[in-house]
Order: sequence, then C-alpha cells, then structure tokens
Amino acid sequence: MSKFRKKKKGIPAVNTAALPDIVFMLLFFFMVTTTMRETNLVIENPRLPAASEIKKLEDKSLVSTIYVGKSKDTNRDGVGYNKIQLNDKISTADQVPAFILSKRDKIAEQLIPLMTTSIKADRESNVGTIIDIRLKLRDVNALKINYSTTTAAKN
Amino acid sequence: MARRENPEINAGSMADIAFLLLIFFLVTTTMNVDSGVSKKLSEKPPADYVPPVIKEKNIFEVNINRNNELLVEGERMEIKDIKDAAIKFIDNGGGIGKPGEDGSPGAACDYCKGERSDASSDHPNKAIISVQSDRGTEYGTYIVVQNELLRAYSELRNRLSKERYGVTFDELEESFKDAKKSADLKNRVESLRNKVEDIKKSYPQIISDAEPTS
Repeated sequence: MSKFRKKKKGIPAVNTAALPDIVFMLLFFFMVTTTMRETNLVIENPRLPAASEIKKLEDKSLVSTIYVGKSKDTNRDGVGYNKIQLNDKISTADQVPAFILSKRDKIAEQLIPLMTTSIKADRESNVGTIIDIRLKLRDVNALKINYSTTTAAKN
Repeated sequence: MARRENPEINAGSMADIAFLLLIFFLVTTTMNVDSGVSKKLSEKPPADYVPPVIKEKNIFEVNINRNNELLVEGERMEIKDIKDAAIKFIDNGGGIGKPGEDGSPGAACDYCKGERSDASSDHPNKAIISVQSDRGTEYGTYIVVQNELLRAYSELRNRLSKERYGVTFDELEESFKDAKKSADLKNRVESLRNKVEDIKKSYPQIISDAEPTS
C-alpha cells in the first residue's frame, strides 16, 4: 500500500535560465542604439524648436555641443533663458573660442574643417545670445553650425 | 558504480547581474539622434572689406522684431505666408544671372516659372534672402522663419529635379548617399553627384544673417 503512495512533491521551480538571455538581449540592444552622455546638463533640458528641413549630424566625435537655456541653479547663475553651457558649467560667449580650440586639439588635422558646432538652445532664449556665440565661432573659423531642432512633419 | 548526476548550477543571480548592467546603460546613455537646421557661416571679412553693392531688387528682406512679428519687404506678414513670398521672389527670373566662373556671360533663368517682374530678383543665383532679427527676438521664431525659407528652396529644388530627372531632389540626394556608401554602385556616384550639383547650382541657398538690431 505504502509502496504506491504518491511521493510528496512541492511545486517544481520555474526554470529561469532563459531570463538572463532575454535581459542580455535588451542590454545589447541598448548598448548598440545609444551613445554615452558626454556632459551633465546644468541648464534645464532645452525645449528645442521644431523644423522640417533638417539634417542629421553624422559623426558624433566631430560635434561639439553648446547648450543655451535656463539654469537649474538660479541662485548661483541667475534667472533667464540665455545661459550658455560649455562643457559642464555656465559660461559666457567669450569662452566659446577656448572651448572650440580645446575640442579641436583632440581631432586629426584633416578633419578640422568637418567639425560641426551644434547649438541646442531653448525656444525661449534670445537671438542675441545665439548671435554672440556665432560671432565668436566665426572668430575661430568654426563655420559649420547646426541649430538643433526636433523633427516636424514635412508638408 | 552509480551514475552521478551533474548538480545544476544556480543561474538565478545571472539575471540580476544582467539587469544591473542594463539599468546602468539605460541611465548613462542617450538615444536621441541629433538633427537640426544646418548653416554655414561666412568667413570673417578682412578689416578693409567693402561689401559689394547689391541691387535692392535682388534682396529679399525679412525683419523679425522683438515681439516676434514679421516685416517682409516692408510689409507685415504672417509666418505661414513667408514661404510663398520667398518662392515668388527666388523664382522670379526677371533678368540675367551671374556670369559663370569661366567668364561666360550670365544667362536668363530658363527654368524659372515666376512672373519675370522687373521689381523682383533677376535670377535665383543672384537672389539673396537677408534675415534681420532683433537681439530680443525669440530663438524659436527665428528657427521657424529659417525653416520656412529653407522650405521655399527645397520646394523649388524638388520641382526642378522632378522636371529634369523625374525624381524629387530629396530622393535624388538620398540615392546619391546610398550610392556613396555601397561598393557596387561606384559608377553611379559621379552621375548622381553631377545631378545633385546641377540642382543645387540652379537654386543656390543664399540666406544671410544681417547684423541684429538691439
């Protein structure tokens, strides 16, 4: 009688061996499709204007980014939408040439004409600030610029 | 001897490790594709530079004031109308164009479909769009205006490309890019390059930024 008694059995463990595989798959997807964030924003994430006639920035290593917008720390940097961020801190337009030159040092000489400056400015910032930056860029012969925008529908 | 069963390795924590890595990448990376309106600045003029005299009728003047209102050729205008006004100006073809680089005399614009009015631009390669904004103008408005002007050009380029080559300029550029990338289309690259250059030369984008008012 006891010979035929069913063996006491707990709930069998769910096989989770495939779970790491799935997570790794996700991981690789993200590693491939994303790029490392190079700077910490000290301004609020700029709300970019929208445009339809846009070009993609091809080579990230040739792009230097200038942010313009409202500072996160208004006690230290003051209010207003016209704060310029170079590298990791709020700067003035006068520091733009040094910023560009330091970027240029890291790049092979024949690629320098291909360098692009991407201006990520908030919609509400003033054209005056952008023009100040642009004049400084012209001083150091960084002539290719790109006004970063979001994509709007073409019609 | 009894067969020893291989003990199963506990892989339960592997998922945790992978999750940790995944979350690290999610946090430290960005996914956005950077794109925007491209511009080429003009070089810094030498100190004794005298700007060439340009006929008034070849300049399309756009003013944006500090209240983000538009003044186009001395008249108030809404942003939505500026594209058509620009097209009308660029495509006017009222006279002869710039002489060629090899010294050949300028020719009349034979592909323009404008009114050929004497009061508007002579030729697309002479037509200059000058945007003047105030220092206090909102950047968003400035970009919208630039975008509308670029749309005017791309509309004209698309039209001409469709006429000459049967495809729009966007498609033409796209296939030129593809041909440059892939190895088995090498012989097409040159002919496509010529086509792209031809259209670009027919409607060159001449948008200049005037000194801002303050």
